[in-house]
Amino acid sequence: MPRSISSFSKRDAQMLAGVGLSSICMAALIFGRLTPLHGRLGFAVTAFVLFVVTYAVMSSFTESRPAVIDRVMTVLLTAAAAVALVALGSVIFFTFKRGWTALRHLNFYTEDLRVTGPEQPLTSGGVLHAIVGTLIMTAISLVLTVPLAVTCAVFLTESKSRAVNAVRTIVTAMTALPSIVAGLFIFATWVLVLGFPRSGLAASISISIMMLPIIIRSADVVLRLVPGSLREAAAALGAPRWRTVWHVVLPTARSGLTTSVILGVARGIGETAPVLLTSGYATSLNLDPTNNPMASLPVTAFKLVSSPEPNQIARGFGAASVLMVMVLVLFTIARVLGGRPAGRQSTRQARRAAAQSLADLARIEPESVPEAPQLGERAGRLPAILQRK
Amino acid sequence: MTAELRTVLPPQERVGEPEPRPFAGRQGRSDKVFTRVTFLSGVAVLAIMGAVGFFLTLESTDALGRVGFSFLTTSVWEPDRGEFGIKAVLTFTVLIALVAVAIAFPISMATALFIVEIAPRRVKSWLVSLVDLMAAVPSVVYGLWGAFLMQGQVIGLSRWINTWFGWIPLFSVDGADPGNPLSNATVYTASTFVAGVVVAMMVMPIQCVVMREVFSQVPPGEREGAFALGATRWGMIRVVTLPFGRGGIIGGTMLGLGRALGETIAVYMIISSRFDISFHVLESGSNSVSALIALRYAEASDFGLSALFSAGLSLFLITLVVNFTASWFVARSRSGADSEA
Repeated sequence: MPRSISSFSKRDAQMLAGVGLSSICMAALIFGRLTPLHGRLGFAVTAFVLFVVTYAVMSSFTESRPAVIDRVMTVLLTAAAAVALVALGSVIFFTFKRGWTALRHLNFYTEDLRVTGPEQPLTSGGVLHAIVGTLIMTAISLVLTVPLAVTCAVFLTESKSRAVNAVRTIVTAMTALPSIVAGLFIFATWVLVLGFPRSGLAASISISIMMLPIIIRSADVVLRLVPGSLREAAAALGAPRWRTVWHVVLPTARSGLTTSVILGVARGIGETAPVLLTSGYATSLNLDPTNNPMASLPVTAFKLVSSPEPNQIARGFGAASVLMVMVLVLFTIARVLGGRPAGRQSTRQARRAAAQSLADLARIEPESVPEAPQLGERAGRLPAILQRK
Repeated sequence: MTAELRTVLPPQERVGEPEPRPFAGRQGRSDKVFTRVTFLSGVAVLAIMGAVGFFLTLESTDALGRVGFSFLTTSVWEPDRGEFGIKAVLTFTVLIALVAVAIAFPISMATALFIVEIAPRRVKSWLVSLVDLMAAVPSVVYGLWGAFLMQGQVIGLSRWINTWFGWIPLFSVDGADPGNPLSNATVYTASTFVAGVVVAMMVMPIQCVVMREVFSQVPPGEREGAFALGATRWGMIRVVTLPFGRGGIIGGTMLGLGRALGETIAVYMIISSRFDISFHVLESGSNSVSALIALRYAEASDFGLSALFSAGLSLFLITLVVNFTASWFVARSRSGADSEA
């Protein structure tokens, strides 16, 4: 446990509150009385600058110069993080606020836009086709990506090959591959060279290209966290490499791997440009990924808001909100799963492992198994030696 | 007289440099298959990246063969008249990316420092997830936010910058009249600056993630050493964290630059395209390679498509160079992590 190095006292808190109050008052005075300035953004910036200056002056009465600089920098760093979070909150809030008029109608989730024109009210038509399209495309890209990505991450962590560094560099570079280039690539190969039609499948392949490096990179980090002692223990028991990976490394990192796959999906689900190029937009439900354009939520949102009709724009924001909900749900799952570090078992896993090792013990050394009545008594509970503190 | 006391060591036998014992024994058949399969997966990823470059080149030979080097020096984009080039488009793309990085860099670095050095432990893991979430918010959502909400806010800022700093050529605007409070705001809409502000939102989490990873690898020994010598927290950050993380800061920033260069949909939704080069970032109208492709691919002829492929190829090559430099910096900074802890 690292020693706490903060020395934040009650007096500091009082000073912060006082300085904050006074800077807001000064800003209000400057804005309302002294100058003809206006605007919320300007007010916030002025108040913040005044806050930093006042705080520095107040601190300099009691503190030395380095301590004053330290306090000012702490305020600046905290403010930058706050700006980032406020921006994120504003993005999410604004999308739901504008989409709400469309979201509250049930037909938004059960109809497509086959017969609904741009001027028709929001009680008709919806984005079912886009929701289904997004789910189909994401499912196909998952099937395509996960085996290759996990195998490649295993290669990066387990192999002694000299190619490892080259592959790792390429993967990092690929994480910032422009999505439109991935779309163009699939368009060039799948549609122009191989002659397949533009379809949901083509879009799924281009999404896979975007997801692949993201999953590999985070799976690589997760697999490197698996303790080397576990690998060595497996090797010492005579397990071949592939058994070590399959029965020890991958199960140990299971929750982390799931998280990295989910994060990859969360990125892939929102890809717009490649889907636009390789599948295109459709207004009706299409369940066949190999033929005809298939709409996805981001493409639908993009197409709908370019219309001048307010109802169509509301539908576009509605589609974006549904997309945001999917991303948020994926993130919540990832957060719950990823909260557990590699190798920590849940109670149920620990109980199953304990039962398994008791069974093994009975097979190998029948005489040293705890007596039957005792075992029955403790059924469902872990033997004391296996209980984790 | 003092007796001299001295320890005499017996002559040491020279022992060679310690060598690691070769670990690999004879591989069984199953392990040979395992090694082969995992190696192939690595090769497959290399092959995909190579194929992207190869097929883009293949499809663009037609157009590039026709215009040759004037592709780099022409500003207009009219492939069906045989006159097209990426000079203007590329300039605007780079301008948008630079504006985005200039805005995102201070925020992402400060956020990374806040997460690693200042945030209490319980807040820390939440912040990490939230920054990841920012990276996963679809670009179309950022585009909606930028076009429908941010545009209105940023215009005020543009007007303010133009009024006070308009004498700097970068911030001057043709047709703007700062003296007149009722002047038309449309000279500031759909500009490089507005697009840059929105792209900054997408770039910031990418930079932040890389910087945070590097900052959190600062050896605790050096950190505690600075504290033991009486450094304040900012003093420690300045002399330990920042120098240690320099590679990550450069690499992360460039990785964000690569992402900014390739951003499509959000930029497409905000800018109105123009083909005359202008370095006035606040001025209405801008362009980008990826937005050009998204705008023109639908109604392009076969030759026009080939021209768009050559634009895509140039974007691919530029981001490739930027990203490789970035990942080289990041990889190097990580290998520098072996100091005494």
